[in-house]
Amino acid sequence: MLQAIGVGTVEQLFDEIPADLRCGELNAIPKAMSEMEIGRLMDTRARQDGAAVCFIGAGAYDHHIPAAVWQLATRGEFYTAYTPYQAEASQGTLQLLYEYQSMMTAVTAMDVSNASLYDGASALAEAVLMAVRANRKSRSRRVLVPRTVHPHYRRVVRNIVHNQGVELVELPFDSTGGHIDPETLAAFAGEDIAALVIPQPNFFGVLEEVGLLTDWAHANKALIIALVNPVALALLSPPGEWGEQGADICCGEGQPLGAPLSSGGPYFGFLCCRQTLVRQMPGRIIGGTLDLDGKPGYTLTLQAREQHIRRSKATSNICTNQGLMVTAATIHMALLGPEGLERVAAACYDNTAWLVESLIRLHGVESRFDRPVFHERVIQLPVAAKGVLRALAAHNLLAGLDLSRDYPELGDNCILTCATERRTREEMESLTTKLERVLSLQGGVPCQLQPKEW
Amino acid sequence: MSLIYQHSRPGRRAPGQAPLAKGDTTAIPERFRRRVRAALPELSEMQVVRHYTRLSQKNFSIDTHFYPLGSCTMKYNPRGANQLAMLPGFLARHPEAPETHSQGFMACMYELQEMLKEVTGMQAVSLSPAAGAQGEFAGVAMIRAYHESRGDEARREILVPDAAHGTNPASAVMCGYQVREIPTDANGDVDVTALKTVLGPRTAGIMLTNPSTLGVFDRRIREIANRVHEAGGLLYYDGANLNAILGKVRPGDMGFDVIHMNLHKTFSTPHGGGGPGAGPVGVSARLQPYLPVPMVDRDGDDYRWLSESDCPESIGRLSAFAGNAGVLLRAYVYARMLGREGIPRVAEYATLNANYLLERLQELGYEAAYPERRATHEFIITLRRQARELGVNTMDFAKRLLDYGFHAPTTYFPLLVPECLLIEPTETEDKETLDAFLEVMGKILEEAKTEPELLKGAPHALPVRRLDDVRAARELDLAWSPSRDG
Repeated sequence: MLQAIGVGTVEQLFDEIPADLRCGELNAIPKAMSEMEIGRLMDTRARQDGAAVCFIGAGAYDHHIPAAVWQLATRGEFYTAYTPYQAEASQGTLQLLYEYQSMMTAVTAMDVSNASLYDGASALAEAVLMAVRANRKSRSRRVLVPRTVHPHYRRVVRNIVHNQGVELVELPFDSTGGHIDPETLAAFAGEDIAALVIPQPNFFGVLEEVGLLTDWAHANKALIIALVNPVALALLSPPGEWGEQGADICCGEGQPLGAPLSSGGPYFGFLCCRQTLVRQMPGRIIGGTLDLDGKPGYTLTLQAREQHIRRSKATSNICTNQGLMVTAATIHMALLGPEGLERVAAACYDNTAWLVESLIRLHGVESRFDRPVFHERVIQLPVAAKGVLRALAAHNLLAGLDLSRDYPELGDNCILTCATERRTREEMESLTTKLERVLSLQGGVPCQLQPKEW
Repeated sequence: MSLIYQHSRPGRRAPGQAPLAKGDTTAIPERFRRRVRAALPELSEMQVVRHYTRLSQKNFSIDTHFYPLGSCTMKYNPRGANQLAMLPGFLARHPEAPETHSQGFMACMYELQEMLKEVTGMQAVSLSPAAGAQGEFAGVAMIRAYHESRGDEARREILVPDAAHGTNPASAVMCGYQVREIPTDANGDVDVTALKTVLGPRTAGIMLTNPSTLGVFDRRIREIANRVHEAGGLLYYDGANLNAILGKVRPGDMGFDVIHMNLHKTFSTPHGGGGPGAGPVGVSARLQPYLPVPMVDRDGDDYRWLSESDCPESIGRLSAFAGNAGVLLRAYVYARMLGREGIPRVAEYATLNANYLLERLQELGYEAAYPERRATHEFIITLRRQARELGVNTMDFAKRLLDYGFHAPTTYFPLLVPECLLIEPTETEDKETLDAFLEVMGKILEEAKTEPELLKGAPHALPVRRLDDVRAARELDLAWSPSRDG
């Protein structure tokens, strides 16, 4: 090969790089390992982390994933293909994405879906930018974002949109219900608002009055951005049917549809909207069409919105999205079907209700909000959550998320707890018993138990 | 092929895939409830498995085909990396699990940060951006935070060469900047004379890819870096082409202040039919305070998270949790298996393969866009002569390649070379595959002369023939609906 090129050594191929810029050996990088050696190391590390029973939800949910989902998704033909730029050589991925878009519009009752964004948080940021672009009746760049939206999502949205002059206005929540009281919106009546974000369920697991909120926004010429859990939608009214006219944009985290917890990623963000807004949508969109012989096929479409065509005038900078996660989600939804998805949602609802009942029987343990929830609840402990969670973690029970950092107004004692369909009665009973013991040991004093040494 | 919906029959199920007991949901008030079930398909497990297995077979992929898609680095993705990232302990770790239950994962992330620092010559690395474009956003946002922290508000412009990826200008705009394009000179390098005229007190920074998307290494990079720095701007390195220089030259040593890497390219994590990627960012010392969170820090033998409260000047988080963690684990395994001795070999074989293809394609009669230049890990040929003389264009060549079982190179990018193919063979292809590709390229050139209709009507041997993109955009069909099949 060197001879064909006409050089003597491989080094000569780098002769256009100025010699004084060249680097030496990369000493800080360890020497090569064989597959067996790295396998041994990773096995040890994975075992270190994977021993706990998880009652944390807070945006990532521990659902059962049918065996076929990842066996199919990791087939080389899906796993090692790229963005379907050559449509004729990518009909597998393209048809699957079209089926995904169809399933997401069915679940959300919206007209159209894109082919995914990075995760729920960045999908919300893109939805906010999209709403500001799309709302022709509004001259403002103000978007109302309730404090019941996941605190990390609120930060991500701010971090992504603030350089584009979008103003995010925080809506407070009702301190007894844990929801947005529609009355609080009265303060904004008559003001120019581009969009209102409605989480359903909200970060506390509480159900929002989506119909009232949607109608208020539309009466005030604001668009509705629904932020939803797709599994919850098997039980709950879909955004396309909220209020008189339905939501305008719908987004959320796709992880509950077939993505393992996996330390927070890769997951995928979904984004759906009304047909009339489709040209403002960011990300890949797949369309059906015909080939030269009139045979149906699928292709990337509306590419004039995208960065590789429109460059600085694109609807977003997104290029690579989360195709493999969408592959898994599509197979996951096909395996569950409407009945299966509903059973998953109902089992989560039922388990969480059972767990909450069990926990609040303990002395001093209370449910913090009184409104209906889906599969998460804020639980108030008689002592600071931090020490209790540490003590329970030492028993390999992750009892929930400490809310004191993000919601100081709830005090130090509140945790957010979730029981998906994977949690067994035994695990929930064990959590209750261990919590009782920890509370009696602590008796309001700082934690005496230390987590296990690793 | 029929849609999954067309196999659906009311009431059919894969009952073992969902809880057998029906949960009691009667306490949910009526106004919150869904009235009509979602129109998802109803199928047996076997139907689902067969449908998606068959669909997969309609794809070209690295595992099945040579995939020389320029700028995308379609190299082999080691199966071991996938298996180890999917160990049950890693899959089960909740992103909010306490540090006591995360030390194994965090050790991998810390070591990956350290390895990426070394490979790029940067001072610090954050792994959190989810893909290259989000890494670009993070990089430009850090540049903006830096200027703002100095009260230097007049810097409103980001300079971008005309050959840049579309994500560069789009990312700059998302950070609130105006974009100014810089032309390329006749040899494919940034036009330094033109650059000098636009540099000034409004310059926030420049976004460069080196080697550029033209497949050549910009030889005047040090001069460019000096001039941009003298004007008060910062340099952003688009790591899309990092594969070309791995272990040979480092962006930090070239004078860049911030870089993103595409781990799904350079570190061989799967492209997954369009993601997930991972786009970690590395920075020089002056941008370190602004790195996105979370990051992993080491304190003796313990690893701990750095979040907003540890990094008050950070541009913050860009995803709900820690980015595409599972992708990062795959990249970690890949880097450990290559090791310090394997990393430079990546650039060597990638460059060798590209130069070999370039040389042999020219022998076959193809025209190189920059014949005087060395190819890096990729190169451009232009079919302008064939388009003019034979009436067949680049897309016709690309589609005909598919008939012969090769994925097409990138077409019509970069935009400044007419009728171009951007070809990136990667280091994982053997000589026999490259020779087979060359043989087909020779055949297609012959067909273009003798039977041009074969190219214009291509592909002929795929599941569908050429698809009507115009129809797809005009008569939008974006979702199946129950009414459609009657």
